[in-house]
Amino acid sequence: MVSLTINNKKVSVPEDSTILEAANRNGIKVPTLCHHPQLTPFGGCRLCVVSVKGMPKPVASCTTTVSEGMEVATSTPEIENFRKLVLELILSDHPNDCMTCEATGSCALQELAYAYGVKGQEYAGERRVYAKRDGNPFIERDMEKCILCGRCVKVCDEVQGVEAIDFTYRGFRSKICPSYEDDLDCEFCGQCVSVCPTGALTGKQWARKGRYEGVREVDTTCPYCGTGCTLTAHVKGNEIVRVSSKPWSPNEGWLCVKGRFGYKFVNSPDRLTKPLIRRASGEFEETSWTAALEYTAAWFKKIREQHGADAIGGLSSARCTNEENYLFQKFIRAGVGTNNVDHCARL
Amino acid sequence: MAGLAAIFGSGAMTNSIREIEGMEIIFIIGSNTKETHPVIANCMIKAYRKGAKIIVADPRRVPMVKFAEVFLKLRPGTDIALLNGMAHVIVKEGLQNDEFIREKTEGFDAWKSSLEEFTPAKTEQITGIPKADIIKAAKMYGRSRKAGVFYTMGITQHTCGTDNVRTIANLATLTGNIGREFTGVNPLRGQNNVQGASDAACLPNVFPGYQKVDLPEVRRKFEQAWGVPLPPKRGLYATEMMTAAVDGSLKALYIMGENPVITDPNQHHTIKALENLEFLVVQDIFMTETACHAHVVLPAACSFEKEGTFSNTERRVQRVRRAVSPPGDARDDLSIIMDLSRAMGYPMDYRSPEQVLEEFGRLWPALAGITYDRIKSRGIAWPCPSKEHPGTEFLYKDGFAKKIPFMPIAFNPPAEGVCENYPFVLTTGRNLFQYHSGSMSRRVEAIEKHAGEAYIELNPADGEKIGIANGDMVRVRSRRGDVTIRARFTRRISAGTVFIPMHYREAAANVLTNDALDPDVMIPEFKVCAVDILPMEKMAAEKPRPA
Ligand code: SF4
Ligand code: SF4
Ligand code: SF4
Ligand code: FES
Repeated sequence: MVSLTINNKKVSVPEDSTILEAANRNGIKVPTLCHHPQLTPFGGCRLCVVSVKGMPKPVASCTTTVSEGMEVATSTPEIENFRKLVLELILSDHPNDCMTCEATGSCALQELAYAYGVKGQEYAGERRVYAKRDGNPFIERDMEKCILCGRCVKVCDEVQGVEAIDFTYRGFRSKICPSYEDDLDCEFCGQCVSVCPTGALTGKQWARKGRYEGVREVDTTCPYCGTGCTLTAHVKGNEIVRVSSKPWSPNEGWLCVKGRFGYKFVNSPDRLTKPLIRRASGEFEETSWTAALEYTAAWFKKIREQHGADAIGGLSSARCTNEENYLFQKFIRAGVGTNNVDHCARL
Repeated sequence: MAGLAAIFGSGAMTNSIREIEGMEIIFIIGSNTKETHPVIANCMIKAYRKGAKIIVADPRRVPMVKFAEVFLKLRPGTDIALLNGMAHVIVKEGLQNDEFIREKTEGFDAWKSSLEEFTPAKTEQITGIPKADIIKAAKMYGRSRKAGVFYTMGITQHTCGTDNVRTIANLATLTGNIGREFTGVNPLRGQNNVQGASDAACLPNVFPGYQKVDLPEVRRKFEQAWGVPLPPKRGLYATEMMTAAVDGSLKALYIMGENPVITDPNQHHTIKALENLEFLVVQDIFMTETACHAHVVLPAACSFEKEGTFSNTERRVQRVRRAVSPPGDARDDLSIIMDLSRAMGYPMDYRSPEQVLEEFGRLWPALAGITYDRIKSRGIAWPCPSKEHPGTEFLYKDGFAKKIPFMPIAFNPPAEGVCENYPFVLTTGRNLFQYHSGSMSRRVEAIEKHAGEAYIELNPADGEKIGIANGDMVRVRSRRGDVTIRARFTRRISAGTVFIPMHYREAAANVLTNDALDPDVMIPEFKVCAVDILPMEKMAAEKPRPA
């Protein structure tokens, strides 16, 4: 453990902690933009600077490790001015269309601009204009809103292992894109979307469905593969408008394309909405629950009487819940009277 | 997963997903983890970044190969030879865990002599993997005491599927790589709640919690709990039900949330079976290919519309919550089953899904300690025998119920070999974007836009031989049927082997596949069958299509 003081408070933290980690651990908030706790430090945005006694210039707290006896101040007039300047510069080249931006309400940049009262008009100058839109069906990439924090590049490499995107060009023209500025063609896990601090990366399916006003969050388990990721359905009215995952879930907030973008089947127009009975003509006809279930029960009873319970079978589903599966086999065994019950575990 | 249960006591993953991060060696065999279990692949990549070494054995250059120290590109259906060959090297090098073998196992000597013939040279000959790689992989796995094996359908869907699993178990037993944190044998379950459906005993031979139906004392316990006499004989497996439907001994079928027309092998046979039933009731969220054959179709709620639990591949029981209400008159499966049961004269009244789980837990101690309240924010892995128990991340901490048997396993080539008429080996599987029969994922517009077309992967050299260009339509034909499909050239597959994803009903891979069954667990052979590939014109000339 290493002892140091942050804002005159004595703290003690594990040896290789960064100043930022030391501060966070002790409930001291330092503003950040490019830093992400699940990714390796980058040190690009300079928003997290702090002053350290004995050092000539402020240092980036997300990349500087603590040392014994260090004296750190996270907020001085000089530092706050510097942060304001950083934000001014970022916003001077930002579309500022928070009105229609998907990220409003969950945007780190917006929050910081609000907290520092920065409008970005001080240095307004040339703007990056990127007319081309990415044609992939999953992820909206609005690079005019990109603040070049590099989180997406890191998550794609470090977590997803795909390296689909990278920094290209230099200086003012610097930009994040797939090689040759092609359309994104990757695993579409959306990890990059989940770590982007601005509205530069959003889900195409989310567009204008609902931001944070009136949106409920429901934690549940992904309906697709056996990994069983915990996901959060964002619901407005009776519609899922977005899916995300929390970093403290067992899957650490990471999802795949199916979990993150595969929820749209829920309100597909193809959903069955009424019980159906096949008529003699061969056509299905809508009916009531009572009629459908009585008809079904009558058939089962008739076959059981004529041929015994073993002439009936039940196939259940790995997609149904434990409770449903338990009850299904109980129904087949105790209600019908046969062990002819299986599911597709082996398939 | 019967194979694994017979050996260690349980058929489930012996480690938790969290432990992957702490493994030194990750041996992936017959699992395209990055596409079928993408977030588990993320954990493997995390381990890799911390220094773990990865071994991948697969007929295709699957995406995880990017992170592999050794890639064993084996011929389809030769897993047993590879695993025996690796065991041979481990024994020759003296890397086995003698203490573990002495204390916890039996039958080592007989098994050891059965390995004699699997020399690296012979193994290379059978599997097509260079000797040096076999030796390297064997040494890596053999030297480590923190090594996890991961496998899925790639291993179990063969006529010798159970034997494949046994050879994996042999390897883990030989090195003692089981029963500790960060080391074990891990079957990755394909669907979200396969584990739960098995635990709940949607299986013909057991009551909930794998308690055998033919044991009188077990049966008495369930008869008492459920208040009726219960049948003493095991019932029919799914694949047997289809055969019984064809021969007329099975008259009625109740299918809840399954789509066997797409997911079962040999589609023609399945349709014939369903058509032959006197009565078919299908309960689903969509009018599936299977529901089309039903007499009654019941509209169900999907998982975002109901309360309950799923058990994931690491045995973790997790909450499913209602986010939206079901469309129209659709209802959750629980209430449908209860109403149907009442109409049949066997009322089952539960006020909530939680009550059902409580009853399940009373009958199976492994779940006894799991309540909705305890899994509010994070699931618990069974066994969890009491309300104070934290759950079980890795199995067999306290040893095994009995000695682990080493089982000599002979190598037999797949049931259907290639021949002059059917010169290609077809393997089937999943891709990243679609899921299972596609009934959910194919209704997601973005997914359909991106990955909406069926394709057959083949090596460019084979394409040239057949006389087609990348992107051409081809006719693929097996002894059971044929499909028309787009050719996709890729070097990730070896010449002689081809791959079709299972999700596309318009070119259903299962029209082609083989329903020969693994005698032990009735798993059909999906992974290997022999096919021929013809350019469209040639096909037309040979077999004129009716106008
Ligand atoms: S979606 Fe996933 S794979 Fe694609 S760029 Fe983003 S992080 Fe990378
Ligand atoms: S796209 Fe988002 S995450 Fe990526 S660099 Fe730009 S702002 Fe950062
Ligand atoms: S998000 Fe992807 S990896 Fe996770 S459970 Fe769903 S399908 Fe599986
Ligand atoms: S957060 Fe430290 S430099 Fe960006």
